[in-house]
Amino acid sequence: MKKVVKNVDEAIEGIQSGMTLMLGGFGLCGIPEKCIEAISKRPEIKDLTCISNNAGVDDFGLGFLLKNHQIKKMISSYVGENEEFERQMLSGELEVELTPQGSLAEKCRAGGAGIPAFYTPAGYGTEVAEGKETREYNGKMYILEESLVSDFSIVKAWKGDTKGNLVFKATARNFNPVMAMAGKITIAEVEYLVEPGELDPNEIHTPGIFVHRIFEGKNYEKRIEQRTTSN
Amino acid sequence: MLKKEDIAKRIAQELKDGWYVNLGIGIPTLVANYIPEGIDVTLQSENGLLGMGPFPTKESIDADLINAGKQTITTMPGSVFFDSSDSFAMIRAGKVQLTVLGAMEVDQNGDIANWKIPGKMVKGMGGAMDLVASAENIIVAMMHTNRAGESKLLDKCSLPLTGVKCVTKIVTNLAVLEIKDGAFHLLERAPGVSVEEIKAATAGKLIIKGDIPNMI
Repeated sequence: MKKVVKNVDEAIEGIQSGMTLMLGGFGLCGIPEKCIEAISKRPEIKDLTCISNNAGVDDFGLGFLLKNHQIKKMISSYVGENEEFERQMLSGELEVELTPQGSLAEKCRAGGAGIPAFYTPAGYGTEVAEGKETREYNGKMYILEESLVSDFSIVKAWKGDTKGNLVFKATARNFNPVMAMAGKITIAEVEYLVEPGELDPNEIHTPGIFVHRIFEGKNYEKRIEQRTTSN
Repeated sequence: MLKKEDIAKRIAQELKDGWYVNLGIGIPTLVANYIPEGIDVTLQSENGLLGMGPFPTKESIDADLINAGKQTITTMPGSVFFDSSDSFAMIRAGKVQLTVLGAMEVDQNGDIANWKIPGKMVKGMGGAMDLVASAENIIVAMMHTNRAGESKLLDKCSLPLTGVKCVTKIVTNLAVLEIKDGAFHLLERAPGVSVEEIKAATAGKLIIKGDIPNMI
């Protein structure tokens, strides 16, 4: 099956209102900026549930979709950098499920690994544990967290080949590999799309079996949130 | 009374050779500037890096290389990148020996609150709940009182909790305290701060045994 699509519009074909999307990235680092922008240009796609560690900033990343009111619910661990997000959440327009970061990552990994739920100590004794089963193992308390899958997972990689194998760069890896695993359909946007054989099999992070569509994006902005330097 | 940098400097004295350490945002981040000579610690950044280096030069800045505070950083010889699931695997499994983080409230049972003020501020817990549920040593770095002058060391946290029975030590602008057996135990006081002042600023149960030395 041919995985390479000719552009971002073909890549996001089939994304519909009411669907659940996973979007890779930590802050603005490693986000699939081309696909997010393309979805924001299709305002008829609404009521999305977006699973993403963060919610972008007001004028970049998922902030575009928030501004257009395309998101009904966010599942995230940290949402501090976005005023529009905060406004929609406090006014009740936007449903928010805050999940500990490690649990969120494991929910995606488990979802992509065929494991429906798992026990974790994170959040025991807090609001996060409300309504969840608890159990003691070796004297320590754990809560049962259910895994997540998506209708579409959208990830950003540094390099990919036409068979869908992916290599990520530096800390832009973050949630991308686990979300790639958990998509019914996984879309990968990459900076460099190469032929099979050009990536060293020893160094591939995400095996192509998890990726259904792939394309090369142009002119990545890669916006920096906190530009800290030593000089 | 200690400045933020002095709190960080005091916490750095707790580091042990060979430890993997996770530093939270704010005062904890500053601890990296005061790692004692001869102590080799590896900084874990939960977005997916072991071996965090200093800030880059303007010329070498890389948007794909950030820490958990979303600041641009560098790597060190021997650094390694990994995904978010591996990152929290090492945290949950106790491979990270020390977590240093900030707090809005800590109580005498070691409960901590630092992620939400109902109706006012909801930024999310990020990785804090995973970290406090897992690390063997959890040091809180914070001011002893809030902006309104109220104690942040309570008998019971009033804000939504981040974790229960997890904080082992607190370093504030006034004192170093240990939490055990349902009480704060005063270990050291900041230069120029009296035991009476610390008592007055601590709402929870405070145990004071013998002479309390100045901070090391």
